Amino acid sequence: MGLGTKVRNRLAKRAAAEISNGMLVNLGIGIPSLVPNHLLNDHRVMFHAENGLVGIGSSPKKGKEDPHLCNAGGLPITIREGASYCDSTMAFGMIRRGRVDITILGALQVSELGDLANWNVPGKRVPGMGGAMELAAKAKKVIVLMEHTDKIGMSKLVKECTLPLTAKECVHMIITELGVFSVKPEGLLLTDLFENSSIEEIRNQTEASFTVSKNIHILKE
Amino acid sequence: MLENSFQKICRFEDVLHLFKDNQSILFGGFGGIGTPPGLINLILESGIKNLTLIGNDTGFPDIGVGKLVTQRRAKKIIVSHIGSNPNAGQFMNNGELEVEFSPQGTLVERIRAGGMGLGGILTDIGLDADIVREGKQTIRLGEKNYLVEPALTADIAIVYAEKADPYGNLIFDKSARNTNPLVATAGQITIVEAMQIVPLGALNPEDIIVPGAFVDYIIPSKGVDWKWVWEPKSEID
Repeated sequence: MGLGTKVRNRLAKRAAAEISNGMLVNLGIGIPSLVPNHLLNDHRVMFHAENGLVGIGSSPKKGKEDPHLCNAGGLPITIREGASYCDSTMAFGMIRRGRVDITILGALQVSELGDLANWNVPGKRVPGMGGAMELAAKAKKVIVLMEHTDKIGMSKLVKECTLPLTAKECVHMIITELGVFSVKPEGLLLTDLFENSSIEEIRNQTEASFTVSKNIHILKE
Repeated sequence: MLENSFQKICRFEDVLHLFKDNQSILFGGFGGIGTPPGLINLILESGIKNLTLIGNDTGFPDIGVGKLVTQRRAKKIIVSHIGSNPNAGQFMNNGELEVEFSPQGTLVERIRAGGMGLGGILTDIGLDADIVREGKQTIRLGEKNYLVEPALTADIAIVYAEKADPYGNLIFDKSARNTNPLVATAGQITIVEAMQIVPLGALNPEDIIVPGAFVDYIIPSKGVDWKWVWEPKSEID
């Protein structure tokens, strides 16, 4: 990921604004893992992990890690009050039954219709889909946090995904370092603009077509 | 002294003869955490090869089932991802290793179906993804389309548990439970490596996660070796 810490946290903070108390939320690795830092200290949000856990707490202090307690990325965690453990089938039952309110994940490409490609670059990197297909297809709201363009400067917001799909028409919101898009039945809608970017800049860097909201929101530092 | 009233408690060397070339082995664990470390080492020492390994992922190169992959003991793996084990990707790309990717939630349900004596499951996950749908039957039930995903069982299932009693009733610890309860049900032979073996009656029947009826062998663990997974780097990205 080529974004600096400050920008990464700006994306995470915007995503955190979508979360309200009582929600069950699943976070992917990378920028999404920064989201809890932007919630209130006494929030009542339950974070879900695919390995079999609801109620992830803060990161443990160095030396206090429990080798039996980790998130789906294998990183050590703690739990919060009200947490529970289960096996992995139960963790995925919650996803497929639509009990996960929001999933926040990274992407390689998102299309105008909200198709998601986030697991496979044929011939280059084929890590496997893990739990991404279930989360993308079944979470009530799918929020993508990603860089606006890839390493060679190509738009990751595309007319049609060229990489293998994770799931069709599943993404609801895309947050990049330039702005925020909502996926509407009629296409992409630019709803928020980070104050250091401009609509022109976004037009220049976006392959997908989009309309600009009449009430566009300017996101300040 | 613990009474071995069901003759299931044994040492690692007592199960060595069960492992053979060309077997299928189901393993518990998620990212290496909860994969029985002593049993993985035993399989390495046994020298068996051409294995079909079935479980959530290929762990890390030197941890969990990753060790078996790294030492080229597997001919095929059925997993949801290999991202944390570059060796698996390399062997897949050069044709040494056959990889069947199954979405994580589908994979564990296939194992559960195998363990519960069912033929498979119906799911709509992966209908949009060629790699998942390829070669599988799609059926229409009511108003919806589903993929038919076949159940998974294996010659041997290896499991890591926190506590076992002499009958093989199992309790797990925190997120090290993960796929272990399902894997425990789906082996022709199920071998459990347990951190603690407690007397019959010491476990509250309400707390038992896997009934001992599914368990054939119980071996006391010599400890876990996966703590370092997160130590070399602070972030996976």
